[in-house]
Amino acid sequence: MVQSLEKGSVRQIETSSIVYDTQKLNLWYGNHHALKNIDLQIKENEVTAIIGPSGCGKSTYIKTLNRMVELVPTVKTSGEILYRERNIFDANYGVEELRTKVGMVFQKPNPFPKSIYDNIAYGPRIHGIKNKKILDEIVEKSLRGAAIWDEVKDRLTTNAYSLSGGQQQRICIARCLAIEPDVILMDEPTSALDPISTLKVEELIQELKVDYSIIIVTHNMQQAARISDKTAFFLNGEVVEFDKTDVIFSTPEDKRTEDYISGRFG
Amino acid sequence: MGSSCYSFLAFGKGGFTVGQKAEKLSVQELIQKSSGKKQKKLIEKMIPIILLLIASVSVLTTFGIVGTLIVETVIFFNDVKITDFLFGTEWYPFGNTEQLFGILPLVAGTLKVTGIAVVVAVPFGIASAIFLSEYATDKTRRIIKPILEVLAGVPTIVYGFFALTFVTPLLQQFIPGLKIFNALSPGIVVGVMILPMIASLSEDAMSSVPNSIREGALAMGSTKLEVALRVVLPAALSGIMASVVLAVSRAIGETMIVSLAGGSTPKFDLDVTESIQTMTAYIVQVSSGDAGYGTTIYYSIYAVGFTLFLFTLLMNYLAHVISKKYREEY
Repeated sequence: MVQSLEKGSVRQIETSSIVYDTQKLNLWYGNHHALKNIDLQIKENEVTAIIGPSGCGKSTYIKTLNRMVELVPTVKTSGEILYRERNIFDANYGVEELRTKVGMVFQKPNPFPKSIYDNIAYGPRIHGIKNKKILDEIVEKSLRGAAIWDEVKDRLTTNAYSLSGGQQQRICIARCLAIEPDVILMDEPTSALDPISTLKVEELIQELKVDYSIIIVTHNMQQAARISDKTAFFLNGEVVEFDKTDVIFSTPEDKRTEDYISGRFG
Repeated sequence: MGSSCYSFLAFGKGGFTVGQKAEKLSVQELIQKSSGKKQKKLIEKMIPIILLLIASVSVLTTFGIVGTLIVETVIFFNDVKITDFLFGTEWYPFGNTEQLFGILPLVAGTLKVTGIAVVVAVPFGIASAIFLSEYATDKTRRIIKPILEVLAGVPTIVYGFFALTFVTPLLQQFIPGLKIFNALSPGIVVGVMILPMIASLSEDAMSSVPNSIREGALAMGSTKLEVALRVVLPAALSGIMASVVLAVSRAIGETMIVSLAGGSTPKFDLDVTESIQTMTAYIVQVSSGDAGYGTTIYYSIYAVGFTLFLFTLLMNYLAHVISKKYREEY
């Protein structure tokens, strides 16, 4: 395992364990060149953290992975992102199909204004699961998976907005788990949460790693150091450095990485 | 302070020369100089009273109208038994020997027109709202929404002529038995009239659903239609229901279209191809006709008006209850 993580050798070794292979990805918002020649390989069942100062393109990159970035009408891309060896920009690769495989948790908790139960059951329902018994099971399993079952099991019919921010975010994670995706993208999932809720979500990410590949954007470097296996440092739309997290945080190769993680800018 | 000349001297507090005086004042001192006037305090005290008086004009007017309605209605019920009025199935006020004041035929006329209007306006209105809020580009929305609102501003008398001289002949091509005056044509046109109201208000309700919720649904692999129908629509339901109820209330009270195109034959049945009369059309007929002051017919328009008032009151109350009950918080 260890040698496969070394820089440069990743691509040659067992491609099956690579979830996302980004090749020469460029992205523009109108004339603004937001992502420049990104090359990044993300392995399965790992937590990959993406760090960098505001405006460095880290959120843009993670939103490109499930093509949510295309909601901005002026976006143009070039290059390839292979998800499980298939280019997600292929004309016949439906975004719905991709997003069913790749779940996402957002910066601000965004549950639907529905009951807790309906929030979790939403994904399975739109994908055709109607059997009440199966849905019940999925809801319980997902809520347990998101470590919130005990807090909400007695009030599944109440509106999700009656919960606290931290609980709402775990509901959103549970909603994501309900369709058992392959990858979970997390875009600064704890930035709107208090420290205790943050801790809970971080613990949860550690548990989810066993079954899911997780890519998390964070501007909290301690968080990246605590929870991730690999860290990519983005700066001005480029990947400055991508390596094992302990390497990035102890002996970074690039001067800019060192400056950033030691708090000299950003 | 008209001719005062403020000269900026340096950063930091103070240092403003006012008028010809040599002294230099800080901003705080300038504020003190110009405040504390009695006049200003008096105005501040008077404002709530003035505003209350202005506000009470409309409240008092409402009370006045309701009061008049009630008083005249009571006089009407001296002549006609209230049970005959409420449950009578024949409305025949112009009879020489026998007058019949059963409100049900007029209510039936109103409900027929309203029902047809709702059937036309609700699906089209909500579909338009979904299109405008979820699918249309900003540019399209900026063009279509004002057009819709213009449609809402067309005088109802124009709609009335449109129903009588265009829609009815058109419908007669397909429905041979359709009379010149009928419920169908004004019903459809009233539906067209309230459609922009439903579309516009529902669009407002749907547009105010936060984008983060749409993104959450899209990220689950929903299609655009699934997002619109299963997430945005339920989230905006209270606003949509309120718009529908408001539009229904408008349809119930609609007068010109039904007076022109509906006819004046009150009938208690479900036939929409024959001439009808609505409550509003009856009031118009009597008010513009030659019913003498003080006759039972004269008072009957107040009783009908009061009934109409109760209908719209009920609808408004319903709108209130619905928007409270279905309010989904986000």
